[in-house]
Amino acid sequence: MLKTEVLPASPQMHIPDGFLSLSVAVVCWIVAIAGIGLALWRSRKVLGERQVPLMGVLAAFIFAAQMLNFTVAGGTSGHFLGGALAAILLGPWAATLTLTTVVAIQALLFQDGGLVVMGANITNMAVIAPLVAYGVYRGVRLLAGERRWGSLVGGFLAAWISVVLASTACAVELGFSGTSPIGIALPAMAGVHALIGIGEGLITLGALALVTAVRPDLVEAEQVKARIGGLRWAWVGLGLALVLTLLSPLASPHPDGLERVAENLGFIEAAQSAPYEVIPDYVFPGISNEALATITAGVAGTLIVFAVAVGIAALYRRRETARP
Amino acid sequence: MMEPCVEVRDVRFTYPDGREALRGINLHLAPGEKVALVGPNGAGKSTLILLLAGLLKGQGSIRIFGEELTEKNVRRLRARLGVVFQDPDDQLFSPTVFDDVAFGPLYAGLPEAEVRERVAWALDQVGLAGFEKRLSHHLSLGEKKRAAIATVLAMQPEVLVLDEPAAGLDPRARRRLIAVLRDLPQAMLLATHDLWLVEELLPRTVLLNGGTVVADGPTAAILTNKRLLETHGL
Amino acid sequence: MHINALDSYRPGRSRVHRLDPRVKLPLTLLFILSVALMPDRSWVAFGLSQGLLLLVTFLSGVGAGLVQRRSAVALPFTLAALTVIFATPGHPLWTLPGGLLTVTDAGLWRFLSIVIRSYLSVQAAVLLAATTPFPDLLWAARALRVPRTLVAVSGFLYRYLFVLADEAQRLLRAREARSAAPGGRGGGSVVWRARVTGAMAGSLFIRSYERSERIYAAMLARGYDGEVRLLKYQPLGEEASLGEG
Repeated sequence: MLKTEVLPASPQMHIPDGFLSLSVAVVCWIVAIAGIGLALWRSRKVLGERQVPLMGVLAAFIFAAQMLNFTVAGGTSGHFLGGALAAILLGPWAATLTLTTVVAIQALLFQDGGLVVMGANITNMAVIAPLVAYGVYRGVRLLAGERRWGSLVGGFLAAWISVVLASTACAVELGFSGTSPIGIALPAMAGVHALIGIGEGLITLGALALVTAVRPDLVEAEQVKARIGGLRWAWVGLGLALVLTLLSPLASPHPDGLERVAENLGFIEAAQSAPYEVIPDYVFPGISNEALATITAGVAGTLIVFAVAVGIAALYRRRETARP
Repeated sequence: MMEPCVEVRDVRFTYPDGREALRGINLHLAPGEKVALVGPNGAGKSTLILLLAGLLKGQGSIRIFGEELTEKNVRRLRARLGVVFQDPDDQLFSPTVFDDVAFGPLYAGLPEAEVRERVAWALDQVGLAGFEKRLSHHLSLGEKKRAAIATVLAMQPEVLVLDEPAAGLDPRARRRLIAVLRDLPQAMLLATHDLWLVEELLPRTVLLNGGTVVADGPTAAILTNKRLLETHGL
Repeated sequence: MHINALDSYRPGRSRVHRLDPRVKLPLTLLFILSVALMPDRSWVAFGLSQGLLLLVTFLSGVGAGLVQRRSAVALPFTLAALTVIFATPGHPLWTLPGGLLTVTDAGLWRFLSIVIRSYLSVQAAVLLAATTPFPDLLWAARALRVPRTLVAVSGFLYRYLFVLADEAQRLLRAREARSAAPGGRGGGSVVWRARVTGAMAGSLFIRSYERSERIYAAMLARGYDGEVRLLKYQPLGEEASLGEG
């Protein structure tokens, strides 16, 4: 069915204004700005002079690619987010910048996503999604070695995981804002996107297969450039997979699951106690305080592990490039 | 004899995939001279243009205004030899026409006031006066082609190289374009399939085929030589 | 041409159109911010805000219908907030069959407040986009200290959006033409359809990449050296027109 009225992107993940509390919005802006800053610095090193026209046109590509829908069942259609594909083809940092502009234009011109809460949308779709995807992709390629399936399976998994995690972050933000109880939002969002993610994974796989067949240099070139970072990204990817497994009980609304997760992540709690004070501790009606605290621990722990991992990767790469 | 502004001597170029695009090209362009570059597809016209723009590096010698084209002077020489590529959508990459036409002078380091002057002047030259604030993607194909020429004119080059400037234009737009090109004083090398354009505008023709120059002489002579044209796919 | 459906700007000469974009953008953001700060149930504040929006809509001349239609975009997301009806403690109004979920009055007010705040915000954003040509928005962003690289990339996005959307449409049409089933119910499994879509995305990517290489060549030919340079800008204001497409 041809679209005459253009509705870009999937409606579920672009949070409009009014749905997040200001404190959550501010925190997300801080994460977004940090991510963008890091991306600006890193992408400049990797792409150099070429970065602006390349990222610009590919931002337009992602926008246009999101118009390529496919019917899933009856009237619903699957949509494409593009975070993983962008990261695999452009590298994570250029992908972040590219996706940031896509999110911004979608919000400014089409009101797909709010303006004040843009920090959250950027964090979810332009920071978390591509970084996670890239890590997973490199991890799978590492495991696969030279085998052909590495790129395709890696692409699929990277896309799927990135969509699920981005939507998880979205649910967390809604939960903390008091817009939607996290016990409901998280399983709902993660569940729905676990399905949508399959579509994302297949499209990413299809796209990768075609690009590898017609212009393999476009995929490999990225790999060669990134080889400086080498194993670090693979470790990040595997680490994230581990974290995801640990967190999966969170998706279940049963208190049991929450406690199990809290235990599993207990070692993180012990090591990093400080960040929890930063997170506002407010009474959330409908869910007991204790459970909220454990969710806070789990989620904050994940994000901290992730941030630390990325930070280490960046440091290692800087050390590598500094070596003569 | 005036020093040629462009001198191409025994230039050869092979693409990374092994395709030999140019097998020894010899060509010269005198100041103010208008020359057509014709030949079938795959003859090497576009490749030659990329070499002249300094975007590809081959073997042989390319001298622009007496200077051998190297990595060191390529930026400086680009201000004197302007290239208008085939697809105006590649050439007009900024949101507004003003931004695009101002690009060249801006990157040449000119002061702001002069940049604005150049933009107004260049647009006037191509018959698009007052188009500064138009959004590039709203222009018609004819307007885009002329705007693309303006983007290069703004740098005030002494040589203009154009790749298929009239392709896809309706007769009226084509006539307007020819009028613009006719009035320009620069030396011109124009690659095209459009033999009527060649006849109307360009007194000298270089016929290219299979990476070599097959004929080089007055347009009238070459275009009336039917056998020559047929042999080389025109 | 359908292309103009993607262009949010509605040209005009109103005071709103001519207002400096460097003022309009922060104003819009401040408005949305202040709406976000309004506590639940501040009906008076909500009403005044809506009044203000209606006034601006009227002054701008873009038409209330247009603004309302485009603002409806935010509505689907309200489903996400629906659960708040049950989760907020307050005077119970109605218990759903099954006994698990109870609608409370506080919950209802909260839900309504969220929806209203969202709707107010989106109207403001719609007005901004409708009265400000995109290059002016970029300029305003630059004035707000958005990094040059992002501004430049956004400029490219805007410029090539239409070109690539066209190519995407062509691919979709080609797929349509080859799908035998009438009424859009294509054959093949979902998996297969997703992979076909993926192949379309892949081919669009390659075309985009190759285009970016040609653009880069054109930029180099005009002296590009990797630094993003932006001139002191003059707003398009009311002079930018859609023109004959």
